[in-house]
Amino acid sequence: MLNNFTYMVGGQQGSGVDTSANIFAKACGLAGLEIYGKREYHSNIKGMHSYFQLKVNSQPVRSLTSKVDLLASFDEETLAVHYDEVSTGGGVIYDPKTLDKKITSIPTLDKIVVNRLIKRLEAQGLNLTIESLIEECRRRGVHTYPLPYDEILTEISKKSEKKFSELARMINVLAVASSLALVELEITYIERAIKNVFRGKAKAVEENIEGAKIAYEYVKNHYSASFPYKLKSQPNGKRLLLTGNEAIALGKLVGGCRFQSYYPITPAADESIFLEARAIFRLNGKDEVGSIVVFQTEDELAALTSATGAGLAGARAATSTSGPGFSVMVEGLGWAGMNEVPVVVTLYQRGGPSTGLPTRHEQGDLRYALHAGHGEFPRIVIASGDIEEAFYDAAQAFNYAEKYQTVVIHLVDKALANSNQTVKLDPSIVRIERGNLLSEEDIVKVKSAGGEYKRFAYTPSGISPRVKLGTKGCVFWNSGDEHDELGHINENPENRVMMMDKRMSKLELADSEIPLGEKIKYFGSEDAKFKVVSWGSTKGAILDAIHHLSEEGIEIGFLQIKMLCPLPSNDISKILEDSKVIDVEMNYSGQLGGLITEKTGIKVSNYIVKYNGRPMFQDEVYQSLKDVVEGTAPKRRVLTLGA
Amino acid sequence: MALKLADFKEQIHNDWCPGCGDFGILSALQSALAELNLEPHQVAIFSGIGCSGKLPHFVKAYGIHTLHGRPLPYALGAKLANPNLEVIAVSGDGDGLGIGVSHFVHAGRRNVDVTYIVHDNGVYGLTKGQASPTLKLGVKTKAIPEPNINDAVNPIFLALAAGVTFIARGYAYDIKHLKDLLVKAIRHKGFAFIDVLQPCPTYNDVNTKAFYSGEDRLDPLTKKPRPRVYRLEDLGYDPVVRADMTKEQVMAKIYKVIELSLEWGDHIPIGVFYQNETMPTYEQRLEQRLRAYLSNPPANQRLNTPEGFSATDISEILQELSV
Repeated sequence: MLNNFTYMVGGQQGSGVDTSANIFAKACGLAGLEIYGKREYHSNIKGMHSYFQLKVNSQPVRSLTSKVDLLASFDEETLAVHYDEVSTGGGVIYDPKTLDKKITSIPTLDKIVVNRLIKRLEAQGLNLTIESLIEECRRRGVHTYPLPYDEILTEISKKSEKKFSELARMINVLAVASSLALVELEITYIERAIKNVFRGKAKAVEENIEGAKIAYEYVKNHYSASFPYKLKSQPNGKRLLLTGNEAIALGKLVGGCRFQSYYPITPAADESIFLEARAIFRLNGKDEVGSIVVFQTEDELAALTSATGAGLAGARAATSTSGPGFSVMVEGLGWAGMNEVPVVVTLYQRGGPSTGLPTRHEQGDLRYALHAGHGEFPRIVIASGDIEEAFYDAAQAFNYAEKYQTVVIHLVDKALANSNQTVKLDPSIVRIERGNLLSEEDIVKVKSAGGEYKRFAYTPSGISPRVKLGTKGCVFWNSGDEHDELGHINENPENRVMMMDKRMSKLELADSEIPLGEKIKYFGSEDAKFKVVSWGSTKGAILDAIHHLSEEGIEIGFLQIKMLCPLPSNDISKILEDSKVIDVEMNYSGQLGGLITEKTGIKVSNYIVKYNGRPMFQDEVYQSLKDVVEGTAPKRRVLTLGA
Repeated sequence: MALKLADFKEQIHNDWCPGCGDFGILSALQSALAELNLEPHQVAIFSGIGCSGKLPHFVKAYGIHTLHGRPLPYALGAKLANPNLEVIAVSGDGDGLGIGVSHFVHAGRRNVDVTYIVHDNGVYGLTKGQASPTLKLGVKTKAIPEPNINDAVNPIFLALAAGVTFIARGYAYDIKHLKDLLVKAIRHKGFAFIDVLQPCPTYNDVNTKAFYSGEDRLDPLTKKPRPRVYRLEDLGYDPVVRADMTKEQVMAKIYKVIELSLEWGDHIPIGVFYQNETMPTYEQRLEQRLRAYLSNPPANQRLNTPEGFSATDISEILQELSV
């Protein structure tokens, strides 16, 4: 099996799982291969189980399958949680010193898992040790590779004159080097990946390369030929290996974001930290230095309101948060809507309600994003389906915010934030559209024509010319109270109607002006009888599932909704009418399905939902869709895969 | 041409109650802006909710009437986006020391160059006189059914603890003195806080104009009222912390501020309590980090090429992330 491989590496949080996954992904990427991976972790600093699952292919990858071809474990819990995910013909790398450990004495292993393992092992007449898990793997035709970490570390310790205990952290590098030795990727890519991941730390680069070489040789000498999966470098162009957090941060920079506020929260904060570490850049050619202010606030209310203040001053401004932080921000949404201030909120959804599943995935905030805040005000809500879209959408959000002078909520999610993928991006095609923004010279013209500048002037389009705070020749007022054209408090009923109409009509304007391609994407045959509708990061799994079904002669269309507000109802109706509609979403209630019914009258035939905190796998989506087509599916199916 | 108070007057109806201390604060602020030779477009005034929240509407300057308790984060965002703006934030005591107190504390430790005025009258006026966070324990004003069950926060002491670098108290009916304080506060490089004692003629029948001016305690000889409010400068008090002071001298100054902040009753100090000229502003800290922050601040950066495409060059970052 060449260049089609699913890898998983797992261990205790804080033991370098991410680093090994990074080295693995970089090495494959540098070898010209394509990657898509996801990170799973607990809300914990050290000790709980975490893992990374990556798919490698010669062609671009956009989702994961539930089966793993090689599991590299640092510890016994990784084996206990994941050994049954390894496919027949696949392999497991484990530490032989863990073999006699009892699965009932792993303190962090969840009781549900323990009980399941007890039943399963007892049914096979096996005792409750890690050795039994390895034995079961063997019986299933899984290759098992003991990797004596301690022996290898001792060898490294002799060569490097470092104490054994100081080297314990290197288990992650040993695991990844061993894995890449099994698939026979040339060691030069591992060396380059280590240099990249540990850049700026010469000593760490040297030590880790040394360790990697020893582990690589060990596996080559003991096991390599037996493993059927191979990775071979291929010629390929330059690509980026990005997480969703990084893609959004980059999109914001290119989109002109110059003020980003945040309060620490998973899984949003990594974006702000990335920006703060790269806050200086070149602007308008070589000589001009640009910068972004990254402002860590005392709470999310201050995050949104300070960003709104920066927006008033004329900077493109944003804040990033997750569900709990968004809840705190809500009063600021209404104020920005009322005062027509451009500001962008990037909302990384995670499992809710309340603190919910802080580090796990869900798309449960669609209805909330659409309705959060008392009273009625216009907002634009967009959702990205993958890392590439997230980059362009993050930039485009500022154009929407400034053209329509209101809040833009950019919905993304944990799966997208913490995935990594090889992608190509082209910043040079990103446009900057600042809308109706007047300069000092424009104000001079207004005045010399006998006019007066009014911030909330009634206009046929609903858009009133905006000036930055500090613009010479005029002033304006804002108020969260209903206000007149100047911005002064006004409770007159006629003014109220005119102002409400003016603000709300901007949604119709946005709906009429924004090109269809930015609002929805349709994949597959327009004549397909069955059509999937979804939004957000389920996109990759759905596309892969319908691709496989198409290969079997089953045609299913896929309508991806990117613009959730204003919802392009007429266009959605045209595509979905006369079809069997299958709503696929990462939430309990099928929030988009309900929204489509509300706005178009079209009923959903089948719901496929998931809310166990783990993103959808392409194979479970494939099977569920197939069941729908074959008429064996329930009205609502709940997907459950993922550890 | 020198500007006058009238140049900062916005001609709309003012709906504060007759005799309200807010009028004194408004007029002191307008005078201060004129004295500083600022033009209306250079000034942005942010307010919260309540009677004080209406103040920006009466000033001809950029006026941003925000949410209850939130004028500071809006003001800080605007100032950091454009450090050339003269930014002033206004709260009431409920707004700034109740619902929005966390923003006050955190503004202190940042030291952004913003002036913050708190109208301090001990009551929530616009909602008909409930006790505010500065009303003392056991005080019974006319709109509350029982004496205040909570003790009061001490705005001066709190400001000191939060790291505010300019701390003052004014009195709304001593307009010239308040104007002088505002001029100093606006000139101060860093976060400046002014607690303004301000009778609410409608709901606070305890801390009244008569109370502050001591009309209930006449001098036995002159038969004139003996005011409870006194000026710190009349005692020759020096509030300034300078770079050349020893640690002991600075500590002595801080202890003195604490002592003065606890004075109340028949002896209520107004004036500048504390002025620390040695602490770098947030903007200076940003300039050190971002190199061209002050010369090319966020609000002024040109974002697009003449053709309308992004002018931001991220090629170095992409290089770092490429495979």
